[in-house]
Amino acid sequence: MSVQRSGVAKQPAYDVAVVGGGPAGLAATAAAARLGRRVVLIDAGAQLGGQYWRHANVSSAGPHDHVGHRDWEVFEALNERIRRHRQTGAAVHVAATQVWFIEPPGSDAGEPDWTLHLAPTCGAPDDRMPRTVRADRLILCPGCYDRQLPIPGWDLPGVMAAGGVQALLKGQRTLAGKRAVVAGTGPFLLPVAEQLARNGARVVAVCEASRIGNWGRHLPTVARTPSKFAEAASYGWSLARARVPYRTGTVVMRIEADSSGEQVGAVKLGRLGSDGRLRESSESLDVDLVALGWGFTPALELVSAAGAETRVDVDQSLVAVVDEEQQSTVAGLYIAGEATGVGGAQLALAEGELAGIAAADATHLERSRVRALRREIRRLRAFAVAMQRSHPVPPRWSEWLTPETLVCRCEEVAYAQVSEATSDLAATDARTLKLLTRCGMGWCQGHVCGFATATLAAAGQARQLNAEDLRPLAKQFPCAPIRLGSLLEH
Amino acid sequence: MIGAGAVGAACAYFLTRKGFAVHVVERGAVAAGSSSAGEGNLLVSDKVSGPELELALYSRALWEQELAQYGELWEFESKGGLVVATSAQAGRALRTLAAEQRQRGVDARDVEPDAVTDHEPHIRRGLAAAVHYPQDAQVQPMLLTAHLLRLARAAGAVVSTGVNVTGFEVQASTESRRVVAVQTSQGTLACEQVINAAGPWAGEIATMAGVDLPIRPRRGFVLVTEPLPPTINHKVYAGEYVASTQSEHLGLEVSAVIEGTKAGTILIGSSREHVGFERRVSLPVLRAIASAALELFPRLAGVTLLRSYAGFRPYSPDHLPVVGPDTRLKGLWHATGHEGAGIGLSVGTAKLISQAMAGEGTDMDLAPFSPARFEAVAPA
Ligand SMILES: Cc1cc2nc3c(=O)[nH]c(=O)nc-3n(C[C@H](O)[C@H](O)[C@H](O)COP(=O)(O)OP(=O)(O)OC[C@H]3O[C@@H](n4cnc5c(N)ncnc54)[C@H](O)[C@@H]3O)c2cc1C
Repeated sequence: MSVQRSGVAKQPAYDVAVVGGGPAGLAATAAAARLGRRVVLIDAGAQLGGQYWRHANVSSAGPHDHVGHRDWEVFEALNERIRRHRQTGAAVHVAATQVWFIEPPGSDAGEPDWTLHLAPTCGAPDDRMPRTVRADRLILCPGCYDRQLPIPGWDLPGVMAAGGVQALLKGQRTLAGKRAVVAGTGPFLLPVAEQLARNGARVVAVCEASRIGNWGRHLPTVARTPSKFAEAASYGWSLARARVPYRTGTVVMRIEADSSGEQVGAVKLGRLGSDGRLRESSESLDVDLVALGWGFTPALELVSAAGAETRVDVDQSLVAVVDEEQQSTVAGLYIAGEATGVGGAQLALAEGELAGIAAADATHLERSRVRALRREIRRLRAFAVAMQRSHPVPPRWSEWLTPETLVCRCEEVAYAQVSEATSDLAATDARTLKLLTRCGMGWCQGHVCGFATATLAAAGQARQLNAEDLRPLAKQFPCAPIRLGSLLEH
Repeated sequence: MIGAGAVGAACAYFLTRKGFAVHVVERGAVAAGSSSAGEGNLLVSDKVSGPELELALYSRALWEQELAQYGELWEFESKGGLVVATSAQAGRALRTLAAEQRQRGVDARDVEPDAVTDHEPHIRRGLAAAVHYPQDAQVQPMLLTAHLLRLARAAGAVVSTGVNVTGFEVQASTESRRVVAVQTSQGTLACEQVINAAGPWAGEIATMAGVDLPIRPRRGFVLVTEPLPPTINHKVYAGEYVASTQSEHLGLEVSAVIEGTKAGTILIGSSREHVGFERRVSLPVLRAIASAALELFPRLAGVTLLRSYAGFRPYSPDHLPVVGPDTRLKGLWHATGHEGAGIGLSVGTAKLISQAMAGEGTDMDLAPFSPARFEAVAPA
């Protein structure tokens, strides 16, 4: 069967491995463990909760961790259930650890089950840490990160991803600036603005690119998800109280430096016409913080490494293809949460639980729960789709680029180089564009500029963005940073 | 021209200069095949004396002279190679190789083991032998291919990407068969001559034309590190690499090949295996590559790995490229089989093809590269 490596006692395989300790991963772990499976939960964070229930750093953690968190009681209940499973040995939590590679059953590893290769999130591996974990079934709940678009001046200090601003607040209790504009599109702009305001920043505006009228078309769906409606309303209320202007059909078209030339000083606004055209307005806002968010990009490195099929979602993100039981196109591999389509924490919880039940081979034992979960997933998915449709990335966003605007900040690739590659050098797809310009080849491996690069490649050919544009910009091997030396340790 | 890789692009460039009307047909995008998966080294150091070394020196002269004006476009850099040997036996083999190469006009300078760190400060101590090759150079293969095609287009060539060649139209008479057109996914293209520059897929193209050509893909992985301040000055590789390029071995061959790039990343190769067009990451192979590299540069152990990629070299069983007309089918030419050296050899190959096709004398004898050497081989 399998070859035992000399000297190293082989770890027994788990029934189920869950990667990611956010809402989906926690729900999956709790479900599979409840159904009698031995589960290992691997998460990059020191504490469970993921980005949604992000804790303050251990050093500054305190009794007020929950302040400003949604559904904190849901987290506490799940966490408590997992803690009990850990006590009985049904669940094992491997913290502060990232999976850098996945080998499917029967691959080079020669194992009959999934082999996950692990590395510490930061620092050198310690001797007690397992270097590999094997499991019969695998559930990936990798979450997502902020989607960004290049804007003239976005490389100035003081420009941040909206999620990054929130992470600083939740994780380090640090306010990234005093006068902020929050811009982009999507419901996530609201909590970020609200948290900034509550922590003492002056939020001079929330600029939402889409027009609120877009919502109208989806009212029936919104009405079927009252909790979401209430959530939005509560943010709206807090923002109104903090006198934060909420402007729709408005974008930040240019970011300018302050008098030092080295830090954000102001933003120039533009209006998005009903014809989709952008028009720069004469208005500018003085700020020292620009928080930008254009929705989210699911983290797909593990999904691709495992060989599961992907597709383009309504919001133009690359997402994993899953069936009614959250199973991917690879047998024994389940995917839940944002990686199947951006949809928020409630949807992730439902998908995670369903994946946990399915990976435990218990859908036939849990018929009514499964039915309820599927209903919930359908309802929340419909809401997510409505949200994505009403908050699209402005199709003509690239019109605000100047030849000097950096598309890829890591490799300092300017828009002029991208245009030259798509026109003179016949870069007809994103892979070619990336290899010719180095867009997406630097430190972030396309996390930041991947969507923009793929979109510009498609636009260069006057065609719609497709999965082939996005795939080459989704990072693959290694799925997490690893030192060359650690590659050899096993 | 079938294929818009480095070889097809270079042929298009030189043929337009001879006044040919050229149509490049590529099923993917520009440089979709091997040419986007290599490091772009233009090496003389790894060639044993013989026709391939002659072609390398001929190409080297083209890079430096006729094409020098474009060097910046494709980031031509004459950074030199450093070949090292860790064992006494490999050291002797390396010195012998260098002596033979010098006879052929290669600039190969023996480096005393103590002096190796003057060239590469981070290399391990205690090497048995080292040779410095100042002529080894580098280009960025994607930029090379894209710019050669741009120049060819400017001279009248047509480049059609996303068009798949699916077959040939052949006119047969009693004494000979001749190509009159290629069939593609977008219709039939009439032509007088066809050049098969399909890289590792060249065997498939030959089969479509009813001739046998034993070109096969030989997979290679490359590891890419995080960007670092300049750490490695040359292309550095272990002397065993030469043996590995020349080997008949069908299993996995790994030897250390390490170099820095302009972007600051360090590229680490190399592996050679016959596994068809299988792209999936193979951890055992990557580990073998990393381990060989760390043996030469132990300090790299702490460096972060950013990504890896795989490519397929167009392997020819006798390690010589296949360049010239196919006598079995008139009008069919081959320009392929360069295995791990097709970027470096692309321009020499192309210029010779353009001379031969124009009916002129060629700067170098094409006979050793003739497809005729495989004609006795029965179709597989
Ligand atoms: C890891 C690695 C490292 C390397 N390092 C170096 C190096 O340092 N220096 C060096 O000189 N070489 C190197 N090489 C080798 C070099 O990449 C190749 O020799 C070279 O790219 C071959 O070029 P080509 O144009 O013949 O083939 P390709 O670039 O593969 O071009 C062939 C083209 O034909 C197209 N095609 C195939 N079938 C059809 C069809 N039916 N219809 C239409 N089009 C078709 C393909 O899509 C492809 O684009 C390396 C290779 C690898 C894998």
